[in-house]
Order: sequence, then structure tokens, then C-alpha cells
Amino acid sequence: MRSPQVGSNEVFKRAHYWTLGTVTVLTLLLLNLPPSAAGRLKLGVSSLFLPLFGLASTGQSFVDRASYALLTRGTLISELERLQQENEQLRLAATQARDSLAENLRLRAMLGWQPKLQWKRRPAHVVAREPTTWWRSVTIDFGTRDGALINQPIITNEGLVGRIRAVGPTHSEVALIGDPECGVAAIVAETRDTGIILEARSSAVGDGYVTFRTLQNSPSVMAGQQVLTSGLGGVFPKGIPVGEIADSRSMEGGLYTEARLRLAANLNRLEEVWVIVP
Amino acid sequence: MNWLTPLLLFVVTWLAVFASTQFAPVTGVLGVPLTFVPAMIVYAALTSHLWLTTALTIFAALALDSLSANRLGVSVLPLFAAGFLIHTRRQVILRDQAYAQFWLGFGTAVLVPLATLIVLSLGQRDPLHGWSTVWQLALNGVFNGVLCPACFALFDALRRTFDYQPVAESSFRPDRQIKRGRL
Repeated sequence: MRSPQVGSNEVFKRAHYWTLGTVTVLTLLLLNLPPSAAGRLKLGVSSLFLPLFGLASTGQSFVDRASYALLTRGTLISELERLQQENEQLRLAATQARDSLAENLRLRAMLGWQPKLQWKRRPAHVVAREPTTWWRSVTIDFGTRDGALINQPIITNEGLVGRIRAVGPTHSEVALIGDPECGVAAIVAETRDTGIILEARSSAVGDGYVTFRTLQNSPSVMAGQQVLTSGLGGVFPKGIPVGEIADSRSMEGGLYTEARLRLAANLNRLEEVWVIVP
Repeated sequence: MNWLTPLLLFVVTWLAVFASTQFAPVTGVLGVPLTFVPAMIVYAALTSHLWLTTALTIFAALALDSLSANRLGVSVLPLFAAGFLIHTRRQVILRDQAYAQFWLGFGTAVLVPLATLIVLSLGQRDPLHGWSTVWQLALNGVFNGVLCPACFALFDALRRTFDYQPVAESSFRPDRQIKRGRL
């Protein structure tokens, strides 16, 4: 005859095996879901956090307004004067740019070239960051109801940030430069050497560097040169600043050049971004 | 156990997952997003039933995956394995000792991301990893190690505040009362 202790141990073990088996099957089911179904399920689970996103942005705007109230009159006047000076300089630059644009359009028309497309930008806020250490991504409050589409480029006033990887009704997931899913075709502004920006070697977003590899050996690529998007690949429009070359070296016995690129946009301090819409 | 403990565990885990996606200045300075979930799993595994630990690990893993670029379900097995192992061995763990809680939090925060990285490496997308991953794991390990005793203290306080209190036993027994009669 079995003792009650042995019987309860068996029940205990059986419950463990059942739980282990159920979770394993559930995991396999989830990992083998078709991408569209997995995406919808992911969207459903992430919608549980919408109240918290709303609460966080309300709290942030409240803190901002409270900090404005603490500014002294002297600070505000000096800031106003600085902005007035900057405004005058920008007006002058805009006048010159308008002249250059008109000249550019005339010359393009004379040569029979297509006019360059102008970017349209829509603002968005960064509401969440990647909680893991092995991807580089952020979530923005710009979804399909605002006109978000997969692959739309994301920029700041400083330069390129990344592209939209997944969209939801109210939010979108952005793959940042350096993520394995955000390759960028780029060009060195001074030497016109083309290349690609590879995924980051380090998983830390904080270092602010990515690797730029030219398509052929380019000894003229040097520190301090600017790198822009080349427009090849069809995702990013041409001419968006990406960063500045920090150092470069010849690789594989002179087959190509690899450079460390200091990103123009600070990916750690992203708060407001621009979405480039068609 | 009544309904309060599971509810508190789920609400705090929900907030903990959300908190992992915030605090940009901290992430900027340390170069690593701090995660709060491993400490929660250790607490649940040491104090709750198996079904609650399992439900919590699945919820936390799905929530983490939904807010990250992970494929949905990648984190389920590593988090569950941690919770399951701690739960099955909890009779031999000195769970009331702060140092035991620290090392369990540390170990879970280091081993769960490592296991997730291995699962991810088996898939099509190769995750970013390098020497900085060691620093990130160590930092999150220490953070969760410290967080784990704090988690126990927080939940004990919450239970003391909201849960039914045990009835204090008195030495007084009514059946032993001396009844004085007329004689």
C-alpha cells in the first residue's frame, strides 16, 4: 500500500510535467505563427500598455509646463533676444536658399532633369524604448491613423534616425541605425564614395557609433568628412545627414575601406522626431 | 492566498514591463535599459503557486516581446524556465535571507537574457551582441539582485496593508474560566 506522502508527491510531479509540457507547446505555437498573425497578436498585447503611454506623455507635458513656470523673466528675455537674432539669420539663409532653389529648378528644366522631390515632415514623440539589449528600436506615437507606413524614414533636425519597422493604429516601431534591420546606403559628401552602414558591432546604443563600409578601397575617406544618405535602396531619400567619419582603415588587403561613423543624431536623447511622409 | 496577491503581482509586473521601456536618461548614461521583470519572477516563484508563477512568466514574456523588436514568444521559455526551476527548488532555498534573494535576482537577470539570446540566435535574425553584452548583463544582474529584496519588502508591506491579518492568539480560553457559584 502506498503512503499518502508518496501519492501527493506524484500528483505534485505530474502537475509540474503538465505545466512544463503546456508552456513548451505554447512557445512552439507562438514561434511558428505566421508573421501577420504574430504581428496582430503582438499589437493586441502591446495595446494593454496604451493607458500607460497616455499617462506618461501627460505627465511629461505637465512637468514641462511646471518647469516653464520656474524660468525667470531675465532668462526669458535673453532667450527671446537669442531667438530673434537666430530668426534674422535664418531668414537671410532662407532667402539665399530660395534663390538657389529657383536657379536649380531652371537649370534642371534646361537639362531636362526631373525636379527633386521635397520632403514632407510630420512630428512624432518617442514614447518607449527597446527593453532588451540586443535590438536598437524605439516606439513613436505615429500610427496608421496618422498616415504611417512601413519603411518611412525617421529623422531629427540633426540627421537620420532610422525607419519604421512595424505599424499599429496609434503607434509605430522604429528600427534605429545600427539595428540589423536598418541598413542604410550612404555616400561621403566630400569624396562621393558610396557604401553601406552596417549593423552596430556593439549592442550598446549609448556609444553613438556605427560602421560604414565603402564598396571599394577608398583611401581618400578620412576623419571629419560628412556622410549622407545616397538615395540608393529606395528607402531613404538622398541627402539626409547621417554622421561624421571618426576614423577609417583599409580592410581585407585593400579590398574595401571601413570607417567608424559618429552619428549626427543622438539616439539616446530622442524625444521628438520627424517622419518623412510621401 | 486570496485574489489580492495575484492581482498585485500582475499589476506590478505590468508596470515593471512598462518601466523597462522608459527612463531614457538612465539608459543614456549606463548604455543599457534596466529591466525589472527577473526580480518579479523570483518573488512569484518563491511565494506563489505553480499556476500563478507560470501565468505571470507567460504574461511578462508576452508583454516584453510586444514592446520590443523580439519575435512574439521568444522570451516565454527562458523566463518560465527560471521561474519553474526556482519554484521546484524553493524548499531548499533560504528564501527569507536577503543574500539568497540577491543571488537569485542576479542569476535570473543574467541567465534569462543569455537563454533568450541563444533562442534568438537559432532564428533568422541575428541579435546584436558583443563585449558590451557582458557589461549589460552584469549591470542588470546587480540591479535585479538589489531589487529582489526590495521586491519582497514591497509585497510584504502591500500584503500587510491590504490582505487579511492573522488573528492574534490569546492565552485566554473561555472553557477554562472559573465560574464561581454560591458555594
